[in-house]
Amino acid sequence: MAKVIMTVDDSTSIRQMVSFTLNQVGYDVVEAVDGRDAVDKLAGTHIDMLLTDLNMPNKNGLELIEWIRSMPKFKFIPIIMLTTESETEMKQKGKAAGATGWIVKPFKPEQLLAVVKKVLR
Amino acid sequence: MDESGRFIEEFCLEAEELLSGVEDAVLDIEENPGDQEAVNRLFRAMHTIKGSGAMFGFDAVSEFTHHVETVLDNVRNGTVPVSKTLIDLILMSRDRITAMLAEANGGGPPLDSQEGEEIVASLKALLYSDDTEPPVEKSSKEAPEENFVPVTPAPENEVVYRIRLSPDLDIFSTGMDPVMLLYDLADMGECCVVAQTEKVPDLENLSPESCYFSWDIILPTTKSVNAIRDVFIFVEDDCEIVIETVEEKGIASQEVSAPRLGDILVERGDIERKILDEEFDTHKKIGERLVESGALSKEKLKSALTEQTIVSKMHKSSVASTVRVPSDRLDKLINLVGELVITQARLTQVASTREDTELGESVEEIERLTGELRDSVLNIRMMPIGTIFNKFRRLVRDMSSQLNKEIELVTQGAETELDKTVLERLDDPLVHLIRNSLDHGVEPPEVREQRGKSQKGTIVLSAGHKGTNVVITIQDDGAGLNVEAIRQKAVEGGLISEHAELSDKKIFSQIFAPGFSTVRNVTSVSGRGVGMDVVKRTIDSLRGRIDIDSVPGEWTKVTLILPLTLAIINGLLVRIEDDFFVLPLMSVEECVEIKSKEVEMINGRNILNVRGDMVPYIRLRDRFHMGNRRPEREHVVITDVNNSRIGFVVDHVIGGHQTVIKPLGPAFKDIKNVSGATILGDGTVALILDTSVLLESA
Repeated sequence: MAKVIMTVDDSTSIRQMVSFTLNQVGYDVVEAVDGRDAVDKLAGTHIDMLLTDLNMPNKNGLELIEWIRSMPKFKFIPIIMLTTESETEMKQKGKAAGATGWIVKPFKPEQLLAVVKKVLR
Repeated sequence: MDESGRFIEEFCLEAEELLSGVEDAVLDIEENPGDQEAVNRLFRAMHTIKGSGAMFGFDAVSEFTHHVETVLDNVRNGTVPVSKTLIDLILMSRDRITAMLAEANGGGPPLDSQEGEEIVASLKALLYSDDTEPPVEKSSKEAPEENFVPVTPAPENEVVYRIRLSPDLDIFSTGMDPVMLLYDLADMGECCVVAQTEKVPDLENLSPESCYFSWDIILPTTKSVNAIRDVFIFVEDDCEIVIETVEEKGIASQEVSAPRLGDILVERGDIERKILDEEFDTHKKIGERLVESGALSKEKLKSALTEQTIVSKMHKSSVASTVRVPSDRLDKLINLVGELVITQARLTQVASTREDTELGESVEEIERLTGELRDSVLNIRMMPIGTIFNKFRRLVRDMSSQLNKEIELVTQGAETELDKTVLERLDDPLVHLIRNSLDHGVEPPEVREQRGKSQKGTIVLSAGHKGTNVVITIQDDGAGLNVEAIRQKAVEGGLISEHAELSDKKIFSQIFAPGFSTVRNVTSVSGRGVGMDVVKRTIDSLRGRIDIDSVPGEWTKVTLILPLTLAIINGLLVRIEDDFFVLPLMSVEECVEIKSKEVEMINGRNILNVRGDMVPYIRLRDRFHMGNRRPEREHVVITDVNNSRIGFVVDHVIGGHQTVIKPLGPAFKDIKNVSGATILGDGTVALILDTSVLLESA
């Protein structure tokens, strides 16, 4: 069975690119447009990994990460945050919230795949 | 590239939407400066355009938008107040961005960079609205952080690293499974991993959400140390990681001997030199002694031993030390072992009827040892197939220039080992098959080009183990087989009937019939029609199978399946009357039970209906003239011989049986249907049947 990755980003073009790239190598992708949409979609779905932007309306990335870590189902799944901030502060906040790793925007599809491979096989 | 075009389009649509939203939001703010939500929307719009723009190559747009985003961020947190200047600037920026996007997409007029710079300057001015001096200009873009780059330049030689990975107890809660790290390391070279389990507590104290393991990894790799560090980039803060160089291949001098275990342990800090020296007085192996005395844990010992093995391997030269042995001495040894195996089987059977546990234990031990001895001895005669692969390269090179074709030979699995005798007898058939590919298979460059193929043809010669067999394939990307031509020829030669409806594969296998050849002209290379059937006979005599498949115009593939050794057979033991026979298991598909009355005779031929499939059969009882007393139920062993299914009717199928083959004596060497004999556990002789010969004489 294919692994399922959820991608959360308020930018349609980024969600599309992520979906396309991950689909190409065999992952199933669930898209959500912001934190609240993600929470709604997670109610019924099983995911193996979360890829989330940090800056979003309606529950931003950090809040989403904290929320998902509080769910027993998702306590241990890998979570990668998409960040444009290169300051360590954001990465620290992310890790404190429970993120596993990060990718800095802008990124190329190969970089995305390399990071996914580090945390999910 | 289609995809990236699609994304660009999508981004432009998205940006358009966002920018019209910006217009609305700005006008909202103008009316109601306290509208925090609108400010947030504005900020996010710019943030998205900046981020996504950079993703899809709109660098100039991204850079410009960055300035607007910064200002809006400050408006968000109250540092910059909402003013008419701000509103105007944002609208101007919005227009500017729209124009930049249009220009980038080729639909808009080229822009005056001066204008852009002025807007940026004004935006910056907003940030420093007091008379305070603007701080010394940092680079307008924060130094873009590199995502870790998967490729780093590799050093020339292989280096052995010792890596110790100790994750924190609660590493799982970061979502990282340490196994991922091990996989990443395994991708970099043939590493050996030893888990250290000392910290695992008792079951009562064990928490399933905590990680108590640490790992020692020995990794020989050509990748750089930075590449190894990159593996741990996400867990640097959650793990203790030590990476040390153990050995550099290029540097080890000739005289350096294999590292000693004690030295390794001291070097790693697992043991003190003092304790090591103390232990040296007795004669037991140092590692064991250290464990016994409690100075060292078992896992640490295992880990150090692993390191020792790997580094020693690196030191050994590629030519392993060998001993020459005359072939006949080996043969004698193999015969003796064969006899031993047979006698041991009898011993086991006899012991099983006695109720003596002591005897039983010893006999079991002998069985195990005999099995090991048999495997070792048979292994002696195994040689890698690469030894004959190499001469084929020369053959291909010479012949392809002779034929004015461009052909490359690719080999895979050269390290696959085969019995020496089998290898020797395979030589001629393989040469013939490769010649076929060269001569008839791969087309001349002009023809290939016409057909849209690359001018250079490829023949792939591959070998591998599959179960207890060796599979060798010869595949060319040439013209493929002409089904019609083969069919015609087979009909002409009386091999198949004009009206027979046969699958392509069955038609292909007609090539192996004697006297068959579709080539009009006989060249010096091939076409005499004696090749393929000789090939088949050789493969049969090796108790193997040969298959040929093809897609006309694209490829032809010949597959050879051979048993690993000639001395042992995997067979199916059957009984007819009071006698036992063995059928080679390789060709057996299934066994069915039938009542004697059920058999149908259609058109005077013996045919059986197996789940709707018509399978002809041979009654071995009749063939061997063993009397007419048929049991009520008989068993049929359905085999695949030369791509046709055929059943052999026997009284009873007993089961799988692996045993040593004994050749029949010289007095029996002309017997047709039997290829050898074997001795069963109770001393009875079972004859091994040659299924293809049986089929032919049906």
